[in-house]
Amino acid sequence: MKKIVLVLLMLTTTITFAQDKNKRASVEVDGVCMMCKSRIEKACFKTKGVKSAVWNVDTHELKLIFDENKTNLETIQQNIIAVGHDTKTLKASDDAYASVHACCKYRDEEVIDDHKKE
Amino acid sequence: MKKLVILLSFMPFLMAAQEQLKGVVYDASIDNTNQPLFGANLIWSGTKVGASTDIDGKFSLPFVDGNNKLIISYVGFKSDTLTITSAKPIQHVLRPTNDLDEVVVNSRKIATSRSYLKAENTMFVSSDELLKAACCNLSESFETNPSIDVNFSDAVSGTKQIKMLGLASPYILIATENIPAIRGASQAYGLSFIPGTWVESIQITKGAGSVVNGFESIAGQINAELVKPTTDDALFVNLYGGSNGRLELNTHINTTLSDKWSTGLYVHGNTHQEKHDDNNDGFLDMPLYKQINVMNRWQFTNPEKGIVTFFNLRYLDDAKQSGQINFNPNTDKLTTNAWGSEIDTKRYELSAKLGYVNPEIPWQSLGVQFAFSNHEQESYFGLNQYNIEHTSIYSNVIYNSIIDDSRHKIKTGVNFTYDAYNEFAIMQDFGRTERSFGGFFEYAFDDLEYFTLTAGLRADTHNLLGQFITPRLHMRYSPWGKSAFRASVGRGKRSANIFAENQNLFASSRNFSILNNNGNIYGLDPEIAWNYGLSYLQGFNLFGRKADITLDFYRTDFKNQVVVDLENAQEVNFYNLEGDSYANSFQAELNYNVFSHFDLRTAYKFYDVKTEYKSGKLIKPLTPKHRFFANASYETEIRNNSMWKFDLTYNWLSQQRFASTLNNPNQYRLDDFSNTVATLNAQVTKVFSPKFEVYLGGENLTNVKQDNPIVSADNPFGTSFDTNFVYGPVFGSMYYAGLRYKLK
Repeated sequence: MKKIVLVLLMLTTTITFAQDKNKRASVEVDGVCMMCKSRIEKACFKTKGVKSAVWNVDTHELKLIFDENKTNLETIQQNIIAVGHDTKTLKASDDAYASVHACCKYRDEEVIDDHKKE
Repeated sequence: MKKLVILLSFMPFLMAAQEQLKGVVYDASIDNTNQPLFGANLIWSGTKVGASTDIDGKFSLPFVDGNNKLIISYVGFKSDTLTITSAKPIQHVLRPTNDLDEVVVNSRKIATSRSYLKAENTMFVSSDELLKAACCNLSESFETNPSIDVNFSDAVSGTKQIKMLGLASPYILIATENIPAIRGASQAYGLSFIPGTWVESIQITKGAGSVVNGFESIAGQINAELVKPTTDDALFVNLYGGSNGRLELNTHINTTLSDKWSTGLYVHGNTHQEKHDDNNDGFLDMPLYKQINVMNRWQFTNPEKGIVTFFNLRYLDDAKQSGQINFNPNTDKLTTNAWGSEIDTKRYELSAKLGYVNPEIPWQSLGVQFAFSNHEQESYFGLNQYNIEHTSIYSNVIYNSIIDDSRHKIKTGVNFTYDAYNEFAIMQDFGRTERSFGGFFEYAFDDLEYFTLTAGLRADTHNLLGQFITPRLHMRYSPWGKSAFRASVGRGKRSANIFAENQNLFASSRNFSILNNNGNIYGLDPEIAWNYGLSYLQGFNLFGRKADITLDFYRTDFKNQVVVDLENAQEVNFYNLEGDSYANSFQAELNYNVFSHFDLRTAYKFYDVKTEYKSGKLIKPLTPKHRFFANASYETEIRNNSMWKFDLTYNWLSQQRFASTLNNPNQYRLDDFSNTVATLNAQVTKVFSPKFEVYLGGENLTNVKQDNPIVSADNPFGTSFDTNFVYGPVFGSMYYAGLRYKLK
C-alpha cells in the first residue's frame, strides 16, 4: 500500500511539474478555406484554457497555445471534430461533417481542386 | 444463406490478410541518428484505414490497392505523404517542425486582404502604388489615392497641402512609423520634407483612429512606414528631372554589419533654379528651392530573443525663394523695391524604437518609442516676418497582451509629449511650452468570423489643454462574404498653431487679429471635435473579374474650432467658434480589374463643409462640393525580366468658393465661385530588369491654368494683394523623366 501511495505521489508531482501555463502544440487539421480556418479556430476557443489557435490553410497545421491546468490536447481535438473537421488522429462524425458549409467539404476532391484554382 | 453471410463478413479480414504494408518510421530530430519514432500515425489518404507505430517505430497496415497516398504524421513533426505502389516494406524519416520556436518580429508586410477584417477603415498603400506617380515627396504620393485630396500648390511656397474628409492636414495625425511627425512648426511644409523613395508603405485610416498615438487626430490618421536597412536594396539610385527645371536625386545605401546589426544611409537632394512666369503677372509660377535631406538608420534584430530596435538620425536643410521675378533677396529683402519671400528651414531629428516580442508567448510584446526634434524656420513674406523654432520630445511605451485568449487583445501604455515653441509673427513674440502626460487602454475583439471591435480610451493631463478623456470606437460587421460594414466614433482635441498652419496667409496684405484673449493658446481655446463614420465595403465578381465597391460617410462636428476668417479681404481674423462648424463627406469608390493586368479605380466624392463665421454660415473657402477621380493602370506581361507599366490619373473638381473680396476695389474683386478644374496626369515606366527602370511622365497634360492666381499682382504692396486664391494649376503642362537603379 505504501508503495502505491509513493508511486502515486511521485506521479502526481511529476504531473504538476509538467503543467505548463503556455503549452505549445501542433496538430494537423483537415480543411480547405478561410471559412474552415474561422470554424476551426473558433472551435478551439470553445475549450476553456486555449489562449491562441492559428490554423494554416496551406499546411493544415494548427498551432495551439493553451493552459495545461485547464485543458489538454484531447479535449481541444474533440471540440474540433465536433464542428466537423478531422484531425490527424480523430475523425469527425458524419453528422458533424454534414454541418460544414458546401464549399468547405474538404474530404471531396472536387472541392479541394476548386480551392486550388483560387 | 447463413454461410454466405458469415463468409462475406470475413471478407475484409481475408483481404487484409492478403497484403500488409510494413515499415519503420524514424525520428530525425535526435542527432540525426534515426531513432525509431513511437506513436507516429499512418493513414491512407481519403480512407479510414490507418495504424500507428510501436515502440520500435514499426508499423503494419493493410495495403489498399488503388489508394496509394500514405500520410505519416506526428505532433511536432512535418507530415509527409508517400506514394506507395506496392506492398514492399518502407523506411521513413520524419523531420521536426522547428517553426514553433521561431519568432517573426518583423512582420509588418502589406496585406490588402486584411482590410476586410479590420475594425478600422484602413487602406494600405503599397510601394507599387507609390511608384504610379514618380512622387518626389510624401504629399505628392497621394495623387493616385481618392481618399486624400491633394491641393494645387500655392503660389508662394509651391507646397501641396492635403485634405481628408474635407479637413486640412492639421486635423490629420501624420506619423512616420507611428511617431507623430508632421505637427507643430512642420505642419505647413512637413510633407514635402519626407522624400517619396524613403516611404515603404502608407496606411490611411479614415475617422477617429487609434488612441495609442495621442489625442490630436480628428479626421484620420496617416502612417508612413519608412524603408528599413534589412529589407531595402543594398544600393538604390533615383534620378528625376522635370521640364520646369526641377531636379531630384535619391540614393540609399544599406549594409549588413553583422547577423544582428544593419545600417542604411538615405540621401535626398532637390533643386529648382529656373525662373518661370508663364502667366506674365510678374511673379514666379513656382518657387526656387533647394533641399538636402539625410537620414541614417540603424537596425538591430535578434529573433531568438524577440528584439528589434531602430535608431534614426535625420538632418534637413531647405531653402525656398519666391515672389516677383526681379526680386533680389540681397537688396530687396523686407523692402518695397519688389515683393519677395524666403523660407529657410533647418530640422534635425533623433529617434529610437525598441520592440520586444516574448519568444515563448507570441501575444506578449512591448514597444518603446522616443523621438526628439528641433525645427527652425526663418522666413519673410513681403513685409511680413515669420520665425518659428519648435523643440519636441515624444515618448511612448506600449504593452500588448491578451485577455483569456487571442480573440481579446489589449494594448495599454503611456505617452509623454513636450513641445516648446518660440515664435515671431505679426511683429510680436509668441512663446509657449506644452507638456502632456497620458495613459491609454485599447481593447480589440475578434470573433474570427463576423465581428471585430476596437475600443480605446485615453486620459491625458496637459498644461494648456487641461485634463480630459479621449474615447474612440471602431466596429466591423461582415454578414456575408467579402463584405464589411464599419462604424466609428471618436473625439479629438488639439491646440491650433494658428500662424504655422496658416503661414500661406502671410503672403497677402491682410491684417492679422486674434479676437479672443481668455484662452491658453494665443488667447484661443483648444479645438475639440467628434468624428462619426459609417462605411460599407463589398467585394464581388463582375464578368468573372474581381471588383469592389466602397461607400462611406463621415461627419466631423466641431465643439470648438479656431475659425480662420478671410471674409474681409483686408483681414484675417482668428476666433473661437460660436455656432456650428462641420464637415460632411461622402465617398463612393469602385475598383475593378477589367482584364488581366488592367486595373481601374474610380471615385466620386461629395463635401459639405460649413462654418459659422462672423458674417454668417458659409462654405469653407476653396473646398469643392463634388470631386470625380479615375485612375487606370496597365502592366504588360514580364518577358525576359522586362515589362512596361502605364498609368493615367484624371481628376475633376467642381467650383470652389472664394472668400469674399467685396471690400476690394472693383478690379480686384473675384466671383463668388471659381471655375471647375480637370487635370490629367500620365506616366509610363519601362522596366528593363529587376535592377533598372526608366520612367517618363506628364502632369497636367491638358495644360489647364488658372488665369490670375494672385490678386493685385500688379500692386503687391497695395491693400488687396493676396496669393491665397489658388484653385487650380498655376503652372501648365510639365513633363518629367527619371530612372531607378537598384542592387539587391
